[in-house]
Amino acid sequence: MLVEVVLIFFIVVAGTGGELCLTRAMKTIGEVHDFRPRALLHVFTRALRVGWMWIAILLMATGFFSLLGMLSLENVSFVVPVTALSYAAGAYGGSLFLGERVTRQRWLGVLLVCIGVTMVWKGRG
Amino acid sequence: MKSGPGLHLKTFSLILIMVLFGPLGDVLLSKGMKDLGKIPNWSLPELAHMFVVVFSSPMIWLGISCLLGFFIAYTLVLSWADYSFVQPSSSFAYGIVALLGHFLLGEKISPLRWAGILVICCGVLIVGHTQPRTTEHR
Repeated sequence: MLVEVVLIFFIVVAGTGGELCLTRAMKTIGEVHDFRPRALLHVFTRALRVGWMWIAILLMATGFFSLLGMLSLENVSFVVPVTALSYAAGAYGGSLFLGERVTRQRWLGVLLVCIGVTMVWKGRG
Repeated sequence: MKSGPGLHLKTFSLILIMVLFGPLGDVLLSKGMKDLGKIPNWSLPELAHMFVVVFSSPMIWLGISCLLGFFIAYTLVLSWADYSFVQPSSSFAYGIVALLGHFLLGEKISPLRWAGILVICCGVLIVGHTQPRTTEHR
């Protein structure tokens, strides 16, 4: 039980943290207008020179390996819906870390996700 | 995004790939991990051993390939379609992963879990219908 809670924590927090760092790295680079392969390669190499990108890769890798660990313990129909908690972590982290304005409607969606995750958790085996 | 039958077909084809390949990747990863068995203990040497074993499994690589397919489709569709149009489609993935888990892996899903998944889908759908950009555009 403790292992599962810790793994879910890493999936949600490291995964969301990774995506937030990725967003910050991409915002540092600026909006991509040119989608030709050579231009995208240039964006990719520039992204790798941003420190936030490496933190993002590290956190997302942690999230991925935690997901693999969790899938060895529990059913996929349980694990994947529970990872929807990342919407809550994303909304909170986005407002705290990136200064995003989270609307009432978005909080309502997040609340529904949390209620759904609780139901999935209660509906285990 | 300019509309047209060609663009609609292209957009929905890629969203279909996303909605199928994402959950399929998760199901294949699950099958791969279940085949390898439970991790006996979570010590560092055991985890290092598991790391090697995991990446020797063809099922895991198949799962990673599907997730890569999902990621490529997601990135491509975002290059012309609105994020607020694409993102809500990810809510269907929670339902599809449960269906695939049930039919491909034989997982038993209680009515409460189905109801929970439905509530999550609604929640994600609502999040997806909010303004995709709330910060100053730089």
